[in-house]
This record gives sequence, structure tokens and C-alpha cells, in this order.
Amino acid sequence: MNQHITNINRRNFLRLTGITGAGLVVGLSSKANGIETVENLTSALESYEFSPFVLIEKSGQITIFNPKPEMGQGTFQSIPALIAEELEVSLDKVTIKQTGGEKKFGPGQSAGGSASVRTSYMNLRKVGASAREMLIKAASQQWNVPVEECFAENASIIHQPTGKKLSYGELAEAASKIEAPKSPKLKDPKDFKILGKSSPRPDVPLKVNGKAQFGIDASVPGMVYASIERCPVFGSKLTSYDAAAAMKVKGVIAVETCERIHGVYRSEGVAVIAENYWAAVQGRKVLIVKWDNQGNEKFNSKTYEQGLRDAAKEEGAIDHQQGDFDKAFAEAPVKLEAFYETPVVSHSPVEPMNCLASWHDGDKLEIWTSTQVPGNIVTEFSKTYGVTPENLKVNTLFNGGGFGRRLYPDYVHEAVQLTKKLGKPVKTIWTREDDTKQGPFRPMTYSAMKGALDAKGKAIAFQHKVIAPTLDMKKDYDKTKTNGTMTEGISEQKYEIEHMKNLYVHHYLHVPLAAWRAVTSTTLAFSHECFIDEMAVAAKKDPLAFRLEMLTKESDTKNVLNKLKEVSQWNKPLPAGWGRGVAQYEFFAGLGGYVIEVSKKGTGIKIEKVYAVIDLGTVVNPDTTKGQVEGAAVMALTAAIKNGITFDKGQTVQSNYHNNPLVRINEMPKVEVHILTNGGPKIKGVGEPGLPPFAPALCNAIFAATGKRIRRLPFDINKIA
Amino acid sequence: MITLNINNHSYEVDASPDMPLLWAIRDMAGLTGTKFGCGIAQCGACTVHIDGKPVRSCSFPVAAAAGKKITTIEGLHERIGEAVQKAWIELQVPQCGYCQSGQIMSATALLKTKSNPSDADIDTAMQGNLCRCGTYQRIRSAIHHAAELIK
Repeated sequence: MNQHITNINRRNFLRLTGITGAGLVVGLSSKANGIETVENLTSALESYEFSPFVLIEKSGQITIFNPKPEMGQGTFQSIPALIAEELEVSLDKVTIKQTGGEKKFGPGQSAGGSASVRTSYMNLRKVGASAREMLIKAASQQWNVPVEECFAENASIIHQPTGKKLSYGELAEAASKIEAPKSPKLKDPKDFKILGKSSPRPDVPLKVNGKAQFGIDASVPGMVYASIERCPVFGSKLTSYDAAAAMKVKGVIAVETCERIHGVYRSEGVAVIAENYWAAVQGRKVLIVKWDNQGNEKFNSKTYEQGLRDAAKEEGAIDHQQGDFDKAFAEAPVKLEAFYETPVVSHSPVEPMNCLASWHDGDKLEIWTSTQVPGNIVTEFSKTYGVTPENLKVNTLFNGGGFGRRLYPDYVHEAVQLTKKLGKPVKTIWTREDDTKQGPFRPMTYSAMKGALDAKGKAIAFQHKVIAPTLDMKKDYDKTKTNGTMTEGISEQKYEIEHMKNLYVHHYLHVPLAAWRAVTSTTLAFSHECFIDEMAVAAKKDPLAFRLEMLTKESDTKNVLNKLKEVSQWNKPLPAGWGRGVAQYEFFAGLGGYVIEVSKKGTGIKIEKVYAVIDLGTVVNPDTTKGQVEGAAVMALTAAIKNGITFDKGQTVQSNYHNNPLVRINEMPKVEVHILTNGGPKIKGVGEPGLPPFAPALCNAIFAATGKRIRRLPFDINKIA
Repeated sequence: MITLNINNHSYEVDASPDMPLLWAIRDMAGLTGTKFGCGIAQCGACTVHIDGKPVRSCSFPVAAAAGKKITTIEGLHERIGEAVQKAWIELQVPQCGYCQSGQIMSATALLKTKSNPSDADIDTAMQGNLCRCGTYQRIRSAIHHAAELIK
């Protein structure tokens, strides 16, 4: 943020957003010590920190700017709804525009960490409430009546005693001359018409008739298509390439190199560029490329996994310590140890990575793409490619799945370099094989668990040691330090155990890695909550009762477990051959839990019923929330029972959905979702918390049904011997 | 030049005969509602109807589609298709939405042959359509709901 603009004025703003005709603009300003106040256009537009989130034109047209990319999690509804609720308009009367990383819209233009609603809830409601108060004031002045006699309803201000009415469009200009209230009065939640209700999402109709525009659907006149060959062996360098045969393919117009930039991971690629995408793919098939593998062709999963097991013998860096774990464990009458293993997995959104980029007029860059991070693209790319942020425009289109993959603009870098070299708009599309083989991937974590009970079966000592690489792929890791991302949640569980020592051991991995939906909690919850189950079994206690005994203090975790107990009828006997399991996990994104019921079917297991509880504190859209948890259960099931990603000869073994399969409709269990909203004003995330506790609840249920303890994912659900 | 009949419109496309129909629909006819997901008929995002039957257009040569009636999500203007779309909206099925054109084309084809499908029928007809967001439970409910709507 070291650049400043002095010439922002009304004209520039109107051009920036493509709006003609003046009106009321209300947004946020962060100039005063970071405290956000609401200001209107005329008083605040001189400050470039002003973020105009709602625009009401004289025509009555209302536009809400949405800084949170839509990737299926529902921000196209949940974010504009925060403004619309306070403004007293229904969302079907509003045009929603996704922001494109413009400096004006501030630093929060990204979707990740289940944070969109949590970080916007109060601020954007204030924007809507301010606009409402300004419109009311404008009307009261026009009618010469007290503001107390006026109220807002359905995009109009009404004078209660007389029933006189003025529309927002009619009031927009007058309202724009009124100073924005510094602390507008927010609505009482009991009066909410949109928030807290299962309101329909405005993107849904577009997604059933083919009109929704995803990144891959973008087009501009004169654009060409690129398909890029990248080194199959991770960490290789480009030696040479022969483009002769590729250039002979009808439609191919150029072959150029480009570099994929993913943090410290860099890899050069050779792009075949053609008049249509299919010709580019055909040209790529006959392209001859030579790579110097730098010795990386010897890398394989088996050796690396053994390395993780060996590294488990190291003491590790302390992540969290309380009491005297070593002494308590040594002296305890009952001790347990177990080792848990998880796989590398892919994000595999059905929309492959793609980007349309256009370098034009010498110093301007425009990008159309599916991304979770338009804001980062503007700040990062303006530095990397020497474009001013004002000359870099990002069109944030619907994401055909994100799941963390689109937090990383490696695929945008390639397209930008190619358009710069060619001087034409270039659209890159990764093949499914590119997507599956090149990553970035969620890394595995291995966990060495220790637990101890006293003579009465009470948990007295606990240790979770995580052995894993780091997401940033840095080789020179300081092994005396823990890594909060790789130990995510293990020291945040509410179980009251007197002696605890959690540890982290780093083990370097050179393949491109990334956050995946619910990040490291997706693997650590499995080891953590299955081992708690092992301790319950050793204590000869019911697994849910064992957990509740460790939760004497009031907590959201305790509420979630009690709710699960109630909705699953935990104490009701199950048919013979059935079993039920429970798990919960709290981490940065929020808190969720499951009870899963399974039955033995021949050599395999059938998931009979899934009960989910998500704790939110405050819910904005219950139906969206339920959908997110239903989907998280499916994603977690895929990660638990399908192949995952493995490496051999330095490269990814899997290539497409046939050998990197996802759960299909016939494998979908019945999922029943319950939302807890009694957690007070602290809002928790929706998109991720449904994922981590699924696999441990499933494996705990399988243990209950079969006596078989699963300590390694993935496993074959059709072969539980 | 190959002549394609898509949604009752005629399109002349300059495509090599082995080019998958998908790319002719998307890049040449400009109908982007049909999606690319895998290129090997494993995900179903590219599902269109050819003479009323669901086909994975990513693995169907464009030359083989000449002279046939091709329907994409943009041209689904008939009673069953519209009932499916209505059910999809009422049950708020889509999340990211990327696979849903293909899901809807497959579901419509199913309801054309079986107006009141069982869960097993749905499993069989819809197994070829992946959804990474995991909307399967709602897809199943929406197909049953659409069956009610067309009664």
C-alpha cells in the first residue's frame, strides 16, 4: 500500500465501475486509525481508501459490489444480503457486481478460510444501515417532517402518519448531499427479513440455464488459445524444445515458453498457441521437449512415506505444552500409542484452471479468470509485471469450484506472460491431466499419538506429534519451530486433559503444495479424534460419554456433542451389525461434528446415516449452510476412501478422474444437518468445518461395527476385513 | 465445413472432423453453458442431447454429430427440461454450478424415459456426472421433485 492516488474524483469512479448518472454511493473508509466509518460519495471520494459498496442511481437502479468471489459457498447471496437487509431492499431488486481487486475496494477481496461472512458481517450491515438513514433523512427534509415519523421499506421511504412515499431513486441525489452517520443504528435481528432465513441465491437461476459466466467462458475478440506442456517430474528444468511438428498442425500460430510461479516452486512450461483450443492441444501432442530432471526422477511416495515414519522418531518442536506430559505418561497405569497416516489429495474442481489475459496499449493488463483472490492478483502482479494497479483490471467470474486451489494464481502468471509475449489476448486452459498431475496438492500428515489414563479410566496425558512438510515448500526449515498451519487445531481442542505436549516434526517435500478446503484439519482431525476413541475404548467407556467427561466447563464443543447426542439418538440401540461413531473438531474456520451410523455389508461397510452439527453463533443463510455441510461430507468421504495422489519416478501417478476418482451419486450417504446458533455474537465459518470430523466419525463407527481400527487413509470401504 | 444443428439453429463450423463436439459447441457456436471437465467422458460436465439421448460431447467427434439434432442447456425449452430446471431452483441444488448443466441434461434424459424414477434408476442414470461440491443429495431430491412437477 505504498502507492497513493491523488486524482480520484467522481468522474474516475464512475468510469471505473461503468456507471453513468449520479446517485448515492455509500461505502467504507479506513483512513482513521483503521477504524472504519461510513461515508458518502461527496464527502469521501477524495480519499482513495473509500470503498463504495452500494450505489443507488436516480433511475432507482441499486448496485451492490461484492468483494467475495463466489465459488459455490454462497457469497453471491450472503454478502450482498448484509447490505440489502439494512437497506430494506430485496436482493432480486439489486444488481450484484463482483469486485476485481480494485484498490478502492480495499484489502478484503478474497474468499478463503471460511471468513467471508465473519469478516463482513458488521461492516457491510453498517453500510446498508447508513444508506438507509441518509435516505430517511433526505425524505424527512423534503417532507419537512421528523425523521422518527419515516421508515424504509421495499426500496422506498414512507411517512408513517400520511402514507406518503418516495422511492430510493427519487431520493438518491438529495441523500448523497447528507453526511453519512458515523454510527448508524443496526436492525434488531428479530426484524430481519433476509438474514437468518433460507433465502434463494441469485446465482442459482443462472446456474441452471447455462448463463452463469465462469472463467473458462470468458472471450474477447482476437483471442488465441494456449495449452502448456510442463515438466512431468517435479523440480525439472527445461533443456530445449523442438516446435517444428507442432507448428505444422493446422491452426497453431506460435510456441512460447512461460513460467509457472507458485511460491518458491517455479517451473518453466512450453505453450502451444493456436486459433482454437483443440488445435493447441493437438500441437502440444507433437511438441518435443527435453527436461533436465535434476535427479528428481528417483522421488516416490513409498520412500517419502518411510521418511515420515523415520522422522517420527525425532523429538520435534513444541507446539503446545501443559503440565508434565513425560512424567505423567511414564507413571500412568494405562498407556496407549498409535501411528496414523493420511494421503496427498488433489482439489480437482470440475472447472480446470484457466485464464484469459490481455496485455494491451503498451502498459495495460486485463484478466478474466476464476479466482478466490482478485485482490492479491492486483497487488502481486502489478509488482511482478510492472503494471500500475490502476492499469490492471481483473474480472472475477464465477469459480467452478475453489476448495483452496484458486487461492493460488500460478495459472494466471502463465497467461499473463504469454499475452505479453504475443501481444494478443491469450486464453489458457489446463487439461484435466494437467490439473491432476501438476498440483498443487494437499500434503499428507502423519501423526504419532500417545495417551494415558488413570486407574479409573480418566484421560490424564495426551500427545499429538505431527510429522509433515510445510505448505510453503521451504527446504531450509528451522526445525526448532512448530508450524501453526501444519499443527492446525491439535492444541485448540477443548478436552480438559491435565498433561499435554503436542509436537511438530518437519519433513521436506519438494512438490507444489497448497491449502485444501479445511486445510490441515482435514487430516489431523482424523488422527486426533480416532485416537480419543482409542482412549475411550481403553477406558471401557462410551466414546461420547468419555468426551463429555473431559468437558466439564461450558463450551461450544460441549454444546455440539450434546446436540449430536440428541439428534442422533445416541443411546438408542442399533440393529445387529451396525455401529455408530462420533467426532468433532474445532479449528480456525469454526467448529463441527458428526455422528455416523454404518452397517456391515459382506466384506464392506455401508454408511447408513450421517448426522452433522455445525456451530455458527449466527447464521446468515441456513439453507446455504446445510448445503455446505452436505458437500463437505462428500468431499471428506472422497478423501477418506478414494485413491488420493501418489508419486513414482518423480511424477504424479494419477492423471484424470478414472484413476483419481471422486465419490459419485450412488455412494452418497444420507446427510442430516443441524445448525447451532446459540453461540452468541461470535460468528464461525460455514464452508470448512463440515469437513474435518467426517473421516474420524466414519472410522470410529467402523470400529464400533467391526472392531477394526483404521489408522491409515485412504481405505477401501468395500473391503473391511 | 461441418453443419451442426444446435438448439434448432444451423451452425457452419470449420473444424477438423475428429475435434470433439464440445469445442465446436463452446468455441465455434459460442454456447458456453456446456462445460469442459475431463476430456475422457468421466465427469459428465459436457453432457448434451443428441437426438434426445445424453452424450458426453468431449468424447464425441464433431463429424459424427452432423445432421443430428443437438440440444444444449441453452436450448432446453421443453416441458421436462424446464421442470428439472424449476426443481433445481426450488431445491437450491447448485453450489459452484459448473457441473450442473451436465447434471440437468442427464436428469432430463432420465425423466424422458422414466417419468417416476426410483433411487436405483437415479443412481444408474446420474453416476456419470461428477459434482465436486457434493450436491448429490439435492440432485436426487430434485429429480424426484421434477417427477412430481411433470405429473
